[in-house]
Amino acid sequence: MDKIEQDIIAAVEEIKGYALAYGLDMFETIFEIVDYDQINAFASYGGFPTRYPHWRFGMEYDELSKSYSYGLAKIYEMVINNDPCYAYLMRSNMLTDQKLVIAHVYGHCDFFKNNMWFSKTNRKMIDDMANHAVRVQRHIEKFGEEAVEDFIDLCLSIENLIDPHSVFFEKNGSSQNGDDFDAEKQSLRFKFKADKEYMESYINPPEVVEKQQAEWRKRQEDTRKKYPLTPQRDILLFLIQHAPIEEWQRDILSIIRDEAYYFAPQGQTKIMNEGWATYWHSKIMTTRVLNDAEVIDYADHHSGTVATQPGRLNPYKIGLELFRDIEDRWNKGKFGKEFNECEDYLARKNWDKQVGLGMEKIFEVRKMYNDVMFIDAFLTIDFAREHHLFAYDYNQRSGYYEISDRDFQVVKQRLLYSLTNWGQPFIFVEDANYMNRGELYLSHRHEGVDLKVDEAQDTLANIQKIWSRPVHLETRLKEKKTLLHFDGKEHKVREIE
Amino acid sequence: MATRIEKDHSRFRNIIRGRIKRNLRKYITSGEMIGKKGRDLVSIPVPHINIPHFRHDPRQSGGVGQGEGDVGTPIGRGDGDEPGAAGQGEGQHILEVDITLEELAQMLADELELPNIEPKGKKSVVSEKDRYTGIAKSGPESLRHFKRTYKQALRRHLISQTYNPKDPIIVPIHEDRRYRTWKTKVEPEAAAVIMYMMDVSGSMGDEQKEIVRIESFWIDTWLRYQYKNIETRYIIHDAVAREVDQQTFYHTRESGGTVISSAYKLASQIVRDEYPVEDWNIYMFHFSDGDNWGEVDTDECVSTLKDQILPVVNMFCYGQVESPYGSGQFMHDLVDHFPEAENLILSEIADKEAIYPSIKEFLGKGK
Repeated sequence: MDKIEQDIIAAVEEIKGYALAYGLDMFETIFEIVDYDQINAFASYGGFPTRYPHWRFGMEYDELSKSYSYGLAKIYEMVINNDPCYAYLMRSNMLTDQKLVIAHVYGHCDFFKNNMWFSKTNRKMIDDMANHAVRVQRHIEKFGEEAVEDFIDLCLSIENLIDPHSVFFEKNGSSQNGDDFDAEKQSLRFKFKADKEYMESYINPPEVVEKQQAEWRKRQEDTRKKYPLTPQRDILLFLIQHAPIEEWQRDILSIIRDEAYYFAPQGQTKIMNEGWATYWHSKIMTTRVLNDAEVIDYADHHSGTVATQPGRLNPYKIGLELFRDIEDRWNKGKFGKEFNECEDYLARKNWDKQVGLGMEKIFEVRKMYNDVMFIDAFLTIDFAREHHLFAYDYNQRSGYYEISDRDFQVVKQRLLYSLTNWGQPFIFVEDANYMNRGELYLSHRHEGVDLKVDEAQDTLANIQKIWSRPVHLETRLKEKKTLLHFDGKEHKVREIE
Repeated sequence: MATRIEKDHSRFRNIIRGRIKRNLRKYITSGEMIGKKGRDLVSIPVPHINIPHFRHDPRQSGGVGQGEGDVGTPIGRGDGDEPGAAGQGEGQHILEVDITLEELAQMLADELELPNIEPKGKKSVVSEKDRYTGIAKSGPESLRHFKRTYKQALRRHLISQTYNPKDPIIVPIHEDRRYRTWKTKVEPEAAAVIMYMMDVSGSMGDEQKEIVRIESFWIDTWLRYQYKNIETRYIIHDAVAREVDQQTFYHTRESGGTVISSAYKLASQIVRDEYPVEDWNIYMFHFSDGDNWGEVDTDECVSTLKDQILPVVNMFCYGQVESPYGSGQFMHDLVDHFPEAENLILSEIADKEAIYPSIKEFLGKGK
């Protein structure tokens, strides 16, 4: 064991003690000390030692190693959500940086373990990723590298078409419409309750009831012909269950889906997760760890982490400041009816009831919230003003993105919008037997922003390759309801009323 | 583990180079080849493949940012992607960086897979260097490796159990001795001269000259990397040819007709006077829009090339820049006259995009 490793082990022990004393509750965390080339390789695989072979990891590596060797960027911290957590430290970083990273990593580990949106993630993902690699490798040996890789490319094109909330529900479709076939209940449908028997024919005229029941039965039959019964957002699952593909392709599709679900909570909690980790590295370093000689280096690195560029929202910065703001407000009692109804600016500003609930509150927040809820609940007008938040838009005439509004409601709505579903469009499977011809009909829930059409068409073509029958996507383009088709040969765009 | 990422990496590089999976080619985006001019400052090409997804049109979605500025303050150009809804990790911004010409040449070579040039003529071997690289059991006493010899003796003592820690005397015998060995490395120091010729007649516009400038910059970079001693000469011509300095070469705009043979004659004159063939590797590059003054002169060019230039040069490269005024006939004439010339390389450069393949055509033969 060399000096560097000894120093790091000592630092890990020390900082772990502080983290526990502050009430953080982490999975056991294993720190690996690696050199720059290894860390680039690990980072390309999203932190995992083993992933299935694919060129996009090589692309990631290309970019990382270029930017490292030309001194543009280097990776400081990398940690993966697993039990135990694995984190990597780059050997060539100086000890102050290592300490900062260790403290930061403990923040993440605590978040992984306790935030409820992570509660359904696979905590043995390192093993499963390695298993995925073996399965893909087996398919490659059997069906050829080209074929397998091409299929993975298709799957990656639609990897975002999942339903991150579905993991919190029971399996759907199990108890659906159980009473539809209950004859007694059937006969009572569309009838009002008649207290007196002689009133029956007046309250429930037989011909009306019959007509309504007939219509209802017809509707039921129509919908039964149609599947899925309700629009389905987990398109990957739908394809796995219904697309006419080979077994190995089904297997690859489900691998991609598993990994997409595993990574989903990290997208849902980017601001909180980074904010929380930054909050704790700052707290632990400045109150406990730093000695005189380390202060400058720490400050330099920390300010690099939370630096903002114009037109860019740094999740480390926003998350950190929001957590601090929450702590401050709950320490001073700046919440509840009395505070909300107070309109005196000075009184609000100097409000301090000395309730001291700050620490408790931020721990609660890190457990229950995701980014959308976090911003919705805690982004206040004072905060937005203090941090100079603005909304920006693309100006067709100048060709620039320009600041368009500083109004609090606009900024907040825009931010929430960009976080919902990671700012990606909502796409559903509406009908898998469209026109009774086995064609796939998808719909885009338009929420004010059009799809990027060329990419949407290419993606549609990829889905078509999996579904093999023609596919359709209903969306809105320039205010008009539009249907995009792809039948395997050519694209069509058609307005529908 | 390293090998696994290397495999993915080389797969990615092969896609970028267009060797495999051509269906992905349309999704490749890349930075520019030359950044903002300046000798050493360039932007690094970072190719990227964007797998298509359902996503929002960035022009419509806008976003939220942080900072000063009034409504209407521009914060980023709209031709690329969105300015970045949420920043990635720490300090992940691509900048232009200082890198040396040598690194640049190496990157160019990696990108285009250029072979190293084999200089002609063995006379140009000038330097020999000795390197101590290994250990041997015999050698001159002056090169005895004391530490290795001691270790060897110690090992022998330990094995034969004659080592006494209380009295650690080590006596090396003949077999223990170790000597440094060396290798002599011969470094050829070849010399080269590059001659650039450019047509500056009225039909060569600014855009055409820009193309010539970019292309010669890269050629220069590559040849400088290959040869230690290199000289550059510049010739411009319209109806007459004259030798100029670099500045003038790139910035003059003449007008009038085009007599290509004048440039060829001047070039071969310079070579005859100053660069003896046996000592110099000679490269000539000629850029024109291919609109020569009559067939008589074209015949003149052909005979000059055949008799005086091609026998002495490593390579003669003719790059024809497309121009709205030029007929481009000269290229066809050369093809007709020299269907099999080994060291005559022709390349048509339609626009800036075509510079890349054209450099590859010129330098891809390793001559």
